[in-house]
Amino acid sequence: MAQTRRSYLVDPLVDNNPITLQVLGICSALAVTSSLQVSFVMALAVTFVTAFSSMFISMLRNYIPSSIRIIVQMVIIASLVILVDQVLKAYLYDVSKTLSVFVGLIITNCIVMGRAEAFAMKNPPIDSFIDGIGNGLGYGLILMLVGFIRELFGAGTLFGFTVLPTVTNGGWYVPNGMLLLPPSAFFIIGLLIWGFRTWKPEQVEETEYKIQHLEEAH
Amino acid sequence: MPEQDDNQGFLARWKALPTDSVPKTIFVAVSLCLFCSMIVAAAAVSLRPIQEVNKLKDKQMNILQVAGRYEDGIDIPEAFAAFEPRVLDLAAGTFTDAFDGATFDDRAAANDPELSRNLTDDPAGIGRRSNYAVVYLLNDEAGNLDKVILPIHGYGLWSTLYGFIALEENGNDIFGLQFYDHAETPGLGAEVDNPRWKAMWSGKELRDAAGDLKITVAKGVPSTDMEAYHIDALAGATLTSVGVDNLVRFWMGEEGFAPFLENLKAGAL
Repeated sequence: MAQTRRSYLVDPLVDNNPITLQVLGICSALAVTSSLQVSFVMALAVTFVTAFSSMFISMLRNYIPSSIRIIVQMVIIASLVILVDQVLKAYLYDVSKTLSVFVGLIITNCIVMGRAEAFAMKNPPIDSFIDGIGNGLGYGLILMLVGFIRELFGAGTLFGFTVLPTVTNGGWYVPNGMLLLPPSAFFIIGLLIWGFRTWKPEQVEETEYKIQHLEEAH
Repeated sequence: MPEQDDNQGFLARWKALPTDSVPKTIFVAVSLCLFCSMIVAAAAVSLRPIQEVNKLKDKQMNILQVAGRYEDGIDIPEAFAAFEPRVLDLAAGTFTDAFDGATFDDRAAANDPELSRNLTDDPAGIGRRSNYAVVYLLNDEAGNLDKVILPIHGYGLWSTLYGFIALEENGNDIFGLQFYDHAETPGLGAEVDNPRWKAMWSGKELRDAAGDLKITVAKGVPSTDMEAYHIDALAGATLTSVGVDNLVRFWMGEEGFAPFLENLKAGAL
């Protein structure tokens, strides 16, 4: 049991990463990764929401009628997201201002619902909670990686501190403005997926069809 | 005896119902919604006072910043005491004592039919405009008017931008401009918060000697006669820049603060 719980936590980091393997949660990964600080808070918020929504859904899993299960999941997730949004507005006002609409959009993050539907509906609460934490961290890991690349080369800073002094501020580094635009996250995530699958070839999906080579008639 | 059977039978029958049955489905939906709405409402109500304080502090900090009076670590409410909030009748361009400047909410007033009106010509995309605005007066040490801080807002690309513009005592020279609430694209439209872009506003003039409104946010290098009125548009954020241009020109124009600024210039206040 301890072994599997550990794997619930660790597997989503690399081996079963929600972004690079399952390719879920891409839209918010594009939107919020232009700076590390925002990526970090977003990762924490998603981890919190995924963990607790999985736990609550798992607690109710035997009472949820299957005809309305998606709506039930949405209500629980949405309530948690509003809770996070309200707490951020009260205690981390500056961060909530930078995250603006993206906190609310955690509701639409496929990872949260994906874990609710795929894992929490079939597993006990504690396992679901750990699975939620693991997937949130896996999402956060990619977010931080992408945020690191985008903020460092797009703005010359990390967590807002100047690392590469930019030309406009009197330094030498000409920032790559494209990295501040959402499409750059597409390229970076694409390269990350490539890198992960080169490192761990078992992640490569099997091709759905193969080109047939006709044998020459003898 | 049959009655008792019925009573026992109700619970037993309820338990025996499959989870997917209609009564149980409705029961789960209703009770879950009730429970979640109570949690959400409780959080929203109990956290509101803290959020309001944050919002007020943030607004005061922005007024301090736009007036060049902000430094890290200062006591915001104390520094803000130097500013005198006054309610302005926009059409007349004069102060009114009908409302208290410290508590009047001009954002709420814009939705109050008694206190606002529909705009027919609406370049800033705000729909309704409050008839009253809260302006902040900053006096220098000798007690003479030093700066006026005027609230402005208008539509950008995704969102309404709320901000302040600080003018020198002559009502024509810009000291600074700052937005405190918007949801423009981070890295592009949100560069309205970039200190270097904001710094470009300092020292620009609203109107030329003939009194024509000249201030413009536009791309490219201005002709020499436009230099004093030209702010370079944000790269990669055309619609936000157009929005800022429209809203500044709207609020500095006749529908906005122009009557007040004329009075200010003439010393009629």
